[in-house]
Amino acid sequence: MRPFEYFRPSSLADAAQLGAVSGAKYIAGGTNLVDLMKLGVEQPDRVVDLRDVLEQEIQELEDGSIRIGAGVRNTDLASHPLIRRQYPAMSRAIVAGASGQIRNVATTGGNLLQRTRCVYFQDVSRPCNKRAPGTGCPALESGGLSRGLAIFRTSEECIATHPSDLAVALVAFDAELALWRDGQERRLPLEQLYTSQESAPGRETILEPGEIITAVHLPAPVDGRRSHYVKVRDRASFAFSLVSVAAAVELDGDTVRGVRIALGGVASRPWRARSAEQAIQGAPATSANFSRAIRDELTTAVPTADNRFKLALAHNLVVSTLEELI
Amino acid sequence: MSIQAPERLSFIGRDIERVDARLKVTGRATYAYEYPAEHVAYAYGIGAAVARGRITGIDSSAAQGVEGVIAVLDHTGAPRLGETNNRELLVFQSDRVSYRGQLIAAVIAESFETARDASQLVSVSYEQDEHDVVLTEDHPASFRPEHVAYRVPEVSVGDVETALAQAEITVDQAYATAAAHHMALEPHASLAIWEEDQLTVFESSQYAYEARDVIAKLFALGPEQVRVINGYVGGGFGSKGSPRPQMVIAAMASRVVGRPVKMALTRQQMFPVSGYRGPTVQRVRLGANRDGELTAFEHRAAAQTSRLHDFAEPCTTGTRTMYAAANRFDTHRLTRLDVPTPSFCRGPGEAPGFFAVESALDELAIASGVDPVELRIRNDTTRDPSTGHEYSTRNLVACLEEGARIYGWSRRRNQEAEGWRTGHGVASSMYPTYQMPSRAAIVAYPDGTFAVRLAAVDIGTGSRTALLQIAAEQLQVPLARVNVEIGDTSLPYAVGAFASLGTASWGHAVHLAGREMRQLLEGTDTIPPEGLRVEVDTAEEIQARPAKANAAFGAQFAQVSVRRHTGEVRVDRLVGVFAAGRIVNPRTTRSQLIGGMTWGISMALLEETALDPNLGEYVTSDLASFHFASCADIPRIEASWIEEDDADINPVGVKGVGEIGIVGTAAAIANAVFDATGVRVRSLPVRLDDLLGD
Repeated sequence: MRPFEYFRPSSLADAAQLGAVSGAKYIAGGTNLVDLMKLGVEQPDRVVDLRDVLEQEIQELEDGSIRIGAGVRNTDLASHPLIRRQYPAMSRAIVAGASGQIRNVATTGGNLLQRTRCVYFQDVSRPCNKRAPGTGCPALESGGLSRGLAIFRTSEECIATHPSDLAVALVAFDAELALWRDGQERRLPLEQLYTSQESAPGRETILEPGEIITAVHLPAPVDGRRSHYVKVRDRASFAFSLVSVAAAVELDGDTVRGVRIALGGVASRPWRARSAEQAIQGAPATSANFSRAIRDELTTAVPTADNRFKLALAHNLVVSTLEELI
Repeated sequence: MSIQAPERLSFIGRDIERVDARLKVTGRATYAYEYPAEHVAYAYGIGAAVARGRITGIDSSAAQGVEGVIAVLDHTGAPRLGETNNRELLVFQSDRVSYRGQLIAAVIAESFETARDASQLVSVSYEQDEHDVVLTEDHPASFRPEHVAYRVPEVSVGDVETALAQAEITVDQAYATAAAHHMALEPHASLAIWEEDQLTVFESSQYAYEARDVIAKLFALGPEQVRVINGYVGGGFGSKGSPRPQMVIAAMASRVVGRPVKMALTRQQMFPVSGYRGPTVQRVRLGANRDGELTAFEHRAAAQTSRLHDFAEPCTTGTRTMYAAANRFDTHRLTRLDVPTPSFCRGPGEAPGFFAVESALDELAIASGVDPVELRIRNDTTRDPSTGHEYSTRNLVACLEEGARIYGWSRRRNQEAEGWRTGHGVASSMYPTYQMPSRAAIVAYPDGTFAVRLAAVDIGTGSRTALLQIAAEQLQVPLARVNVEIGDTSLPYAVGAFASLGTASWGHAVHLAGREMRQLLEGTDTIPPEGLRVEVDTAEEIQARPAKANAAFGAQFAQVSVRRHTGEVRVDRLVGVFAAGRIVNPRTTRSQLIGGMTWGISMALLEETALDPNLGEYVTSDLASFHFASCADIPRIEASWIEEDDADINPVGVKGVGEIGIVGTAAAIANAVFDATGVRVRSLPVRLDDLLGD
């Protein structure tokens, strides 16, 4: 591990200032960053520890929305009664996302900023356009390992997937971020945190230097809405998703009044299946409708020979999850 | 006073807690890397970034400039090494790169972290050659090796072609198994300390004497100048059977810098450097009559090795002994590629070989309509069909019948509930019984205690405890009066822990030494303060054994559920019944069998170290991407056994249980997947990709 400076500021203002310089990295739980530093993938000159400045509370606001401090540990978030009752897909996503040990230290904000576990990104001796721009992407070569990687392309240079389960559930619930910079808090839909990364797969978020995620806002729960998170992976636990789905449905009789579908394991960011949602919304809640809608959504996918199975898997998973919710 | 015959003390077969259990779970058992050494330095290895080529330059000046860096070793300045038959160990001796990740340099520093940091500043240039890393069934460079794990590569009896042509039913299929790495919990680690021309190495080794002899030759020392200590080893599974490069680097670095040096492979470095089970491509052809009786058996296997050392996965040496068929042929092909050298890995040969043959047997059962358990019973034999030798004991049929009874085989049903379909599968298991000469000494002390001394090793199996039981049984004293000292070449010679022969080989020696000591004590009135000592060697008794076939057998039954719309497979139940001679300790035996069966589940459904043919590298080189079973993947595993009394193998009657648990498991599971889905997966691992329709 390369030597680095370590700071533990006691105010957001100090944290923002300390983190605004190039070569600085924020650390919260550190479950991903520390590994990457040991591997040499991340080589910060300066590490700014946010443990004393991040919000640690989960609050129900007057309008019924929920504010989750960015420093709230994954374990505490998953087990919070409000979350379990009103946003069960989130609880399930967190529990499916990591071991108990990891969840005990990993934070809400840090979870959203995890980096891909693509095997080429993780080893500095291998080419990787995300880690070392212009060196190439072995996963895109014939014979390269792409089985776990994206089927929706956001870049011609990289098909790494975003690893977070929590982010998939949050995107399905239209979560917003509270971002703090220069003494100002601004709101940003979580979906917009992640860049389209067309030309620069190394730049994964729109966060500016010194900008800090201070909280996540969940819109107020909707009456009659049911939600679920289902993750398919190669083993029963301790693995990133091949495909996961966060879905929520509100019915009006036999008709779908509202639906949200977000997919994990298929793109560089949580993939909100908006065209499928539009097709399903207002239509009878039937398996045939669900199937047609997600099939159309998947027509824009560009799988590799190795991960073509994700098309069938994503289709089947969305249909079965929606079936469970009606 | 009435005289009562003293009650005979009995320890063999008793459920006794491991003698080192508390030490291990409280962290007080000391492993190689943990030994304290004054003024110790740390070495960190640098792996080659090409799969084949030549190093044209190494610039380590930036690394040398890092505070705390003591030296950088590479082929341009490293001391010359002596002889070895394993060129993997000739570290830093040449500019050739034989596989990607091969250790080509090492940074020695005041701390592990400094060494690792500085290693990233070493810049290496290469002249890269085109590499060839992909194993195929009929690779043009393949050849028939002279031996496969010390056995003949090929057996031919009768006329397979004619028998196949005349057979009423035939099966002809190709099967493949994936490359997979052992990944012992304790990484490969060494601590080397020179004192003048005496070298002591604390080593994560399954075989201390082998490590001693290899290292002595490499450094042109006499064996008596080297001491290897392997007191505790955190799993080996074959990957620590012979020394690995880190041992040589630690010894070399220690000599160069004149300080003790520690070196451990990182988890990522273990993938290229610590050995693995190579991939296999196999073909099985079976001919049978309508009743499923085999008339022809053919099993061909192709495996890979590196350009440095020949290791041939012995896929057919076990399967060739399983079933009677008058006409038989089996053979191996080996191809040298630009890949790391594969190695022994739990159930070497048998694990992949039985996947192919026991899958093919299932296909024959389907084709003939004979129940798969009955099919195996019908083709049982009392003689090893490849040699004609009679078995000392062979209880395959008893295992199949007992396993079927426990499992409820005749009442099995295919069910579908909430989208999950169940299926059932069976396969036979077998592992040969080996034994190699060992010595053991026992010292009796005046206070009534005994020391049992031999350079055996406990790699986590419980051998320390088993040897204690065997010694106490012979000495007829309570366990608390016997101390077992193992894991050090300053103790009498003992063979290593591999091929499931440890307890048999060491137990034999301890048994003989115990008997001799008991006889000595019968004629002794007082024990001198320094104690009374006996030492034995089993070589003669092993030589005099009858020429019989010796093997442990077993049967495994699996129930799986397959989720229809995702193709996910879960093993619901695994039952294994084994016949492995006399069981010394039921607790540690059950752990060994369950451990093997658990690994078998991983082999069936998860394990594949994925190769990138363009980079020429196994790229799933961490435990986040190289998958094996997590606790959540493991159902209740029921392992039990049929006691055997086999005096022909050794006086304790031990056959060994380290490997047999993994043999056949993958086939039982793949057969169950077929039963559930109708999809026959012939290439491991079975993945949801294979089972997911469009």
